[in-house]
Amino acid sequence: MDFLRPASWEEALAAKAEHPTAVPIAGGTDVMVEINFDHRRPEYLLDLNRVGDLYEWEVGEDRVRLGASVPYTRIMEDLRAELPALALASHTVASPQIRNRGSVGGNLGTASPAGDAHPALLAAGAEVEAESVRGSRRIPVDDFYTGVKRNALAPDELIRAVHVRRADGPQQYAKVGTRNAMVIAVCAFGLALHPATRTVRTGIGSAAPTPVRATVAEDFLNAALEEGGFWDDGQAVTPSVARRFAELCAAACDPIDDVRGTAGYRRHAVGVLARRTLNWAWEEYRGARRGTEGAA
Amino acid sequence: MGSRGTAGLPANITHLTQGARTRGGIGESTLRPDGTLKVTGEFAYSSDMWHEDMLWGQILRSPVAHAEIVSIDTAEALAVPGVYAVMTYDDLPTDVRHYGLEIQDTPVLAHGRVRHHGEPVAIVAADHPETARRAAARIRVGYRELPVITDEASATAPDAVLLHEDRTDHHAAHVPHPNILHRQPIVRGDVAEARRRADFVVEGEYVFGMQDQAFLGPESGLAVPAEDGGVDLYIATQWLHSDLRQIAPVLGLPPEKVRMTLAGVGGAFGGREDLSMQIHACLLALRTGKPIKIVYNRFESFFGHVHRHPATLRYEHGATRDGRLTHVKARIVLDGGAYASASPAVVGNASSLGVGPYVVDDVDIEALALYTNNPPCGAMRGFGAVQACFAYEAQMDRLADAVGMDRVEFRQLNAMSQGSVMPTGQVVDSPAPVAELLRRVKAMPLPPERQWESSEGVDVRQLPGGLSNTTHGEGVVRGIGYAVGIKNVGFSEGFDDYSTARVRMEVVGGEPVATVHTAMAEVGQGGVTVHAQIARTELGVTRVTIQPADTRVGSAGSTSASRQTYVTGGAVKHACELVRERVLELGRRKFGPYHPAWATAGLLLEGGKVVTDAGEALADLADVLGDEAVEIEREWRHRPTEPFDPRTGQGRGHVQYSFAAHRAVVEVDTELGLVKVIELACAQDVGKALNPLSVIGQIQGGTTQGLGIAVMEEIVVDPRTAKVRNPSFTDYLIPTILDTPTMPVDVLELADDHAPYGLRGIGEAPTLSSTPAVLAAIRDATGLELNRTPVRPEHLTGTDTGT
Repeated sequence: MDFLRPASWEEALAAKAEHPTAVPIAGGTDVMVEINFDHRRPEYLLDLNRVGDLYEWEVGEDRVRLGASVPYTRIMEDLRAELPALALASHTVASPQIRNRGSVGGNLGTASPAGDAHPALLAAGAEVEAESVRGSRRIPVDDFYTGVKRNALAPDELIRAVHVRRADGPQQYAKVGTRNAMVIAVCAFGLALHPATRTVRTGIGSAAPTPVRATVAEDFLNAALEEGGFWDDGQAVTPSVARRFAELCAAACDPIDDVRGTAGYRRHAVGVLARRTLNWAWEEYRGARRGTEGAA
Repeated sequence: MGSRGTAGLPANITHLTQGARTRGGIGESTLRPDGTLKVTGEFAYSSDMWHEDMLWGQILRSPVAHAEIVSIDTAEALAVPGVYAVMTYDDLPTDVRHYGLEIQDTPVLAHGRVRHHGEPVAIVAADHPETARRAAARIRVGYRELPVITDEASATAPDAVLLHEDRTDHHAAHVPHPNILHRQPIVRGDVAEARRRADFVVEGEYVFGMQDQAFLGPESGLAVPAEDGGVDLYIATQWLHSDLRQIAPVLGLPPEKVRMTLAGVGGAFGGREDLSMQIHACLLALRTGKPIKIVYNRFESFFGHVHRHPATLRYEHGATRDGRLTHVKARIVLDGGAYASASPAVVGNASSLGVGPYVVDDVDIEALALYTNNPPCGAMRGFGAVQACFAYEAQMDRLADAVGMDRVEFRQLNAMSQGSVMPTGQVVDSPAPVAELLRRVKAMPLPPERQWESSEGVDVRQLPGGLSNTTHGEGVVRGIGYAVGIKNVGFSEGFDDYSTARVRMEVVGGEPVATVHTAMAEVGQGGVTVHAQIARTELGVTRVTIQPADTRVGSAGSTSASRQTYVTGGAVKHACELVRERVLELGRRKFGPYHPAWATAGLLLEGGKVVTDAGEALADLADVLGDEAVEIEREWRHRPTEPFDPRTGQGRGHVQYSFAAHRAVVEVDTELGLVKVIELACAQDVGKALNPLSVIGQIQGGTTQGLGIAVMEEIVVDPRTAKVRNPSFTDYLIPTILDTPTMPVDVLELADDHAPYGLRGIGEAPTLSSTPAVLAAIRDATGLELNRTPVRPEHLTGTDTGT
């Protein structure tokens, strides 16, 4: 196994072009586990630790550009306001040691259906900035996950950053595991209200071959909220709407039975999380609305 | 407690007792010598050892649970550069090719057949661990798979393959089927007759999952070949001399040529009673002439030691209208897996303790262990009593409900006490404060409701799901449960359970120093602290040196069965007393003529002096000893036990009993099936707390391990293939600090007059009642029956049947 150590992004792209089978490694929290368990034995490891700008982020007008290697700890601590769902998701990642090393870029590169960041990215809306010596492109996160541990990157591409929409409303993230900390998701759910566009977006983790949005549920909810004038009058979401939304989210799952949980439980739990996160986010939205009106 | 505080009284009224004036003696919470090193990461564990020119050993394990080995080809592995040796069954040096704690049924390396997933087939030595791993992967083994035996039905089916053909072990003659390893009935009174007196009868079937010891330091050791043809083995184990007895014959060496030293042990909990890599490392060291280091990784560790027996338990309890137990009938089936390990003794415990700490005159219990192709099971903290306690305590709740009594009062009404008779006929002849322990846990204040609410909103860390943010209080219901258990202390059923201690006293730098040398395995229990305390108390010195545990001194028995403070502590005490007598004899010879008190008074050793029991100092120990060293090595035994009758289970089988009670307070997210244990209160009688801080540590540790099997810990074995599905800490979950509740502990000290200092073994009892208390609390919160542990979210949400 050869260990490639590019000193810059350009060198990294050149190395990846020359060795398309090279596996990029930054925090190593996924790659090293696979190597240690002998699940994979890549010919080349491409160490990105010397590429400093991968650890930086910029908060723009309506997007946060998050360098691929920004560790979860930074997101938890520094981007709570801009990326609330992703910050909550970051909080659930493994242990403090892992959160100091692991990054969203790694989550995307591995593309495990159980990756903690995915539901938050799907709900918030995001684009993956992929680059190769051939050029740069933005892949909508909805199109990024192509199968179990497969993604839309070309063999010569590396993830440089992810562009996440800045929160324009409340966001929530919840994850079920059989332990109260340091646990891989049995299933997870992300939800974001987008008052600017009067839409709600979702993300489901660990309950299908890839992370998915519950689009049918979103469409139902968006229509119900619009028709009922909920966005304007700030009334509470009626229980029947929340229930139907939860059912449709559960129906969006395509889970399996495995050692971490049954398919039936995953579907059930996603429904519960959908209903709860909708209520929490919507109550926060109502509270903020009342606050604004009171001030006006 | 003892006779402290006498120093200020007039000498003519009171008598001093030995050790009362010496600091750092028994009863004090002296600090552990290894404590700081361990929490700062500086302690040297067995996996940290290094030797110049050493090679790394690697084990090739079976990828299937049951197969004939049709071929093994090691040529390709031997050709790997850096490989020094590859060994299979055929390379073993002597005719002794099996080992085992009680029954020698475990092949050193597989012979023509593998019986469980992960069984060792071949071993490799190479100059780098990675080279050794790759070479092992190049050993070509041809397997012809056989049908797997996974439960009682498949084990005893008419055409069942026998796990072990032509059994000649001492249980073979009395078992109903060769795939039943051991069976122990306990029959007392007349259950059929008693059932007629019962106004209420409750039946239940319970399932207990397979728990792993999950010690943090994986199996590891270093074998160094010696010039005399022997081998020096540095090893993390629970019992050096038991290892030695099994290792030496396989190597073809006399025991004195296998010199063993205890290396840093990273936890044990029963999982180091059996051999793991010991023989393999020694074989490779003798074959290559080089030191061999073997360290399992976590994955291999799951295959490298036995687990707690999973069990199916069927119980019938009866009670009269006024709440008196009439009878207990039980059948406990333990899955021993492919090899015997400690299964027979686990059966003895499960059956003899199967009723729990209750008085019942009419009992019919049958416990048995199966041979199957599942992973071998053996010793783990609680040892057979854990599984039974989970079931009988669930039964006690159900029966109390049937009678219409408070669950705690029902237990108290039927609780045993000193003088009660066990189902084995053995009289409990020391304190058994079962009702009092229950009273104490019940009397503790309850934690406040809705602790997750604060002025700043919701603290999810206080809620089920924790930081995963699954509830802000929705669906959360509190439940409370109680349980109490009984555990035996020490090795039972007639086993010659002794310990050896060598104690030396001499003057070093003008100061008297005691040296204690035993072969006791310090596995984290704090034995080294306690030995120093005993020496200070008995010899009146401040400075005590604890020698490393090795086989240059006699056996200290196993660090298991809650026995080390009792038995090796007893041996140290005994040896110290003999040393003290000899020191006083020396003093009488030297100084007797100069002071009449040498002949007339009771003499003690205190503060480095010989003093009379009235407090008068007669001589400095430095002067008494001069250049002489007093050294004594002695074996010490507790009261003998006797085997259980093979048909009736009658007999004085146990040394001592240990009791703990728990109250669990849980909060359950009933919609998601997630559990947060809020508090686990424990009351335990410890006889005498030699080191109160260590006592609390043991109780809290045991309580947490019981919580683990209640809500998360389970080795999942595929019933179709008998293969382990979750051999990693990613999927075998153990409690984190966020899962660990507040654990108030109430310690009773009711002396057992038969034991040194009145002490009672304490390490295991809290592991028993913790699990059923948590289960009872979850039942209380959910109203569900929950006859299985661990409880998974699926069981609480009715989604356990898959899609």
